[in-house]
Amino acid sequence: MAATEKTISQVTKLGSSDYKYGFSSNIEDVKAPKGLNPDVVKYISAQKNEPKWLLDWRLKALETFFNLKKPEWAKLKIPEIDFQDYYYYSSPKSIKDKPKSLDEIDPEILKTYEKLGIPLQEQKVLSGIAVDVVLDSVSIATTYRKQLSELGIIFCSISEAIKDYPDLVKKYLGSVIPVADHSFAALNSAVFTDGSFVYIPENVRCPVELSTYFRINAKNTGQFERTLIIADKNSYVSYLEGCTAPMRDENQLHAANVELIALDNAEIKYSTVQNWYPGDKEGKGGIYNFVTKRGACRGDNSKISWTQVETGSAITWKYPSCILQGDNSKGEFYSVAITNNCQQADTGTKMIHIGKNTTSKIISKGICAGQADNTYRGQVKISSKAKKARNFTQCDSLLIGNTCGSHTVPYIESSNSDSQIEHEATTSKINEEQLFYCQQRGLSNEEAVGLIVNGFCKEVLQHLPMEFAVEAQKLVSISLEGSVG
Amino acid sequence: MLEIKDLKVSVDQKKILKGLSLKINKGEVHALMGPNGSGKSTLSYVLSGKDNYNIDEGSISFKNENLLNMDVDERANKGLFLAFQYPMEIPGVQTSFFLRTAINAKRKFLNLPELDALEFAKSLKTISEDLSIDPEILKRDLNLNYSGGEKKKQEILQLSMLNPDLAILDETDSGLDIDALRVVADGVNKFRSSDNAFLIITHYQRLLDYVKPDFVHIIADGNIVNSGDYSLAIELEEKGYEKMANV
Ligand SMILES: Nc1ncnc2c1ncn2[C@@H]1O[C@H](COP(=O)(O)OP(=O)(O)OP(=O)(O)O)[C@@H](O)[C@H]1O
Ligand SMILES: [Mg+2]
Repeated sequence: MAATEKTISQVTKLGSSDYKYGFSSNIEDVKAPKGLNPDVVKYISAQKNEPKWLLDWRLKALETFFNLKKPEWAKLKIPEIDFQDYYYYSSPKSIKDKPKSLDEIDPEILKTYEKLGIPLQEQKVLSGIAVDVVLDSVSIATTYRKQLSELGIIFCSISEAIKDYPDLVKKYLGSVIPVADHSFAALNSAVFTDGSFVYIPENVRCPVELSTYFRINAKNTGQFERTLIIADKNSYVSYLEGCTAPMRDENQLHAANVELIALDNAEIKYSTVQNWYPGDKEGKGGIYNFVTKRGACRGDNSKISWTQVETGSAITWKYPSCILQGDNSKGEFYSVAITNNCQQADTGTKMIHIGKNTTSKIISKGICAGQADNTYRGQVKISSKAKKARNFTQCDSLLIGNTCGSHTVPYIESSNSDSQIEHEATTSKINEEQLFYCQQRGLSNEEAVGLIVNGFCKEVLQHLPMEFAVEAQKLVSISLEGSVG
Repeated sequence: MLEIKDLKVSVDQKKILKGLSLKINKGEVHALMGPNGSGKSTLSYVLSGKDNYNIDEGSISFKNENLLNMDVDERANKGLFLAFQYPMEIPGVQTSFFLRTAINAKRKFLNLPELDALEFAKSLKTISEDLSIDPEILKRDLNLNYSGGEKKKQEILQLSMLNPDLAILDETDSGLDIDALRVVADGVNKFRSSDNAFLIITHYQRLLDYVKPDFVHIIADGNIVNSGDYSLAIELEEKGYEKMANV
C-alpha cells in the first residue's frame, strides 16, 4: 500500500469512538416547549427575567427570521433543518437558582467539566485563566470575577449583564451584527439564551486570558449563545472560546452570534478552538455550526484579531469578520480548518475597509481528508474612503487522499485605486517523501501526518495563547488520526 | 546484523537490483561504491521500506528477523537508520522538536518513558558541538533553507541522537567542504562501535580515508561485481569503474 493510501485508510478509520468528548452527562434539565414561536421566545425571556425592551427586540427578531430566507451562498450540502424540531431553551435544573459559589454547583456538572479538563475549581483558576462556562443554554459559573472587577473589568454571562449593565448592553447589542443581517443572526437574536459579556474599561490591559467553554449536553437542543465584548479606549483583551459536545445520532444545532467592539487604540484578540462532535464516519449526527462573528474596529488605531482552529462539527459555516471603521485600524484572521470523513466546512472572513490606512491580513490553512469538503470564502472590500488600505491574503490547502475537495473563493472589491491587495493561494497534497522521511525516523504513519500538518498550520497556531497552542496541536493530530493505539 | 540474499527489485517493470547479496556483521563498516544509476539509493530505500519498490525475488533479514515484513517505522525503531542522499525539508516543524519527537517515538517503541527535556537538551548540545552545528539552526524548521552541507550534518546529528544498530549513509559526503567532511567522519568514528554497523554509500575515496571500512563493494547495474578491503577503493580511484567492474 502506498504511504498516502495508508494514510487515507487510517484517516478514514477515524470513527465516532475516537471522539474523546463524546460522553453525555445525566443532568436533569428544564426545557422550553419544543419548537419555535413567539411563546417560546416569551418563555425564554421570562425564565431570564428580562426587561421589556429585550423581549420586544427578540420578538421582532423572530419575525425577521420567519421572513428571511436561509443564506445560500455557502458551498454546503445542508439538509433541510426543521426549526420546529428543536428545543430552544434547556437549563440544568439545579441551576435555576444560580449558585453563588462553586460549592453550590451540581457535582454532576462539575464532573462533566472535569472530564473536559476545564479549570473550574478555584485552585485551578490560579493558572491564570478566567472561565465562563456555558452548558447548553445557561452560564454556570464565572471564575476569577472578583480579581477582574478590581480593575473595572466586567466578565459575566450576558444574562447577568442584561440585568446589571443594561446601558452597555443596550448600546452595543446588535450594533455590529444587525438582527436582519441574515436568518441565523435573526434566529440567534430571537432565542439566544446565554453567552459571555466582557467590558474592558479605558486604559486597562486585561491581565489574564478570558475564556468561555461551551458544551451542548441536552438532547435535541439548539445552542444559541451570544457574546459581546467591548474594549474601551486604549485597552486590551485576549479571549478564548472552546467547545465540545457529546455524541448523538441526531444533529444538534449551534448558531452563535459574537460581537466585538474595539474603540480608539484598543485591541481584541479572539481565539476559538472548536471541537464539536463531527458526526460518525458515515456522516450521521454531529453539530451544525452556523456562527456569526463580527468585530468592529470603531476607534482609530484599533485592532481585532481572530484566530480559529476548527476541527469539529458536521457542518461549519462561519466567517469571523472585521469592519475597519477607525483610521489606521487593523483586522487579522488566522484560521485552521480541518475536515475529515463527511465533514463540511465553509469558512473564511470578511474584511471591510472603511477608515484610512486600514490594514488586514488573512492566513487560512485548510486541511481536508476522507470525503470531506473544505471551502475558504473570503471577502475583502475597500470603500472609496479607505485611502491607502492594504490587504494581504494567503490561503493554503492540504489534501490527504483523492476523495476530498478543497475550494478557495475570494471576493475582492476595491473602490479605491491607491489600495493594495495581495492574494496568494496554494493547494497541495500531503508529500509522500516527507512522510517517508518522518517514518524512517521512527514516527508512525499517523504521527508523521500529525507532524507535517501541524507544521503546515504553524503560522496560525502560533497566534494562539501559549496554553492553548499545545492543546490545539494535539487536536490537529487527533482529528486526523486513524486507529489510535 | 543484515543479510541480503539474491535481491531482485523493480520499479514500474524496470529491473534495478538484479540478484544482489550482501552480509554485514556487527562491528563492521561496509562501503558501497558504484557509478550513477547503478542502484545504490534504491538499495537504501528498499532496506528502509519505501513504497513502490517491488521485491521480485530474494530476502533480507535484519537482526535475524524478516525485514521485508516490517513497516518503515518499525524498521527504524528496531535500529535501522538511513542518512538520506537528499534530506527532506519539513516546513513549520522545528528541527529540535523533530529530533525529540523521533527519539520519543523510538523510546515508546522500546517501552521506555519519554526523554526528559533537560537530558535531551544536554545530549543535543554535546553532539551538535561535536559536529560543529550552529545551535541557532536547530531552532529553524527542519532542513528548510539549510545549505547542502548543513543538511548532511543534520543527518549525522540525527543518527548520533537516535543511536541505530545499522546506519546507511547515502552519499553523506557529497556536498561537504573539506572541514565538514572531517567533522562528519569524526562523528561517524565516534559513534562506530563493536555493537553497530555501517553501510556507507560514496563516490569518493576521501571519506574512506577518514572512516576506514572493513569491506568495500563495487556495484554496477544492480549487482555487486567486486568486493575487497580498503585497497579496492584506492584501486578504484586510480582505474575508474569501467575497469573495476570487469574484474
Ligand atoms: N521510482 C523510480 N522510477 C523509475 N526509475 C527509477 C526509480 N527509482 C530509481 N530508478 C532508476 O533506477 C536506477 C538506479 O537509481 P538509484 O537512485 O538507485 O542510483 P544510484 O546508484 O543511487 O545513483 P547516484 O550515484 O546517481 O545516486 C536509475 O537508473 C534510476 O533512474
Ligand atoms: Mg543515489
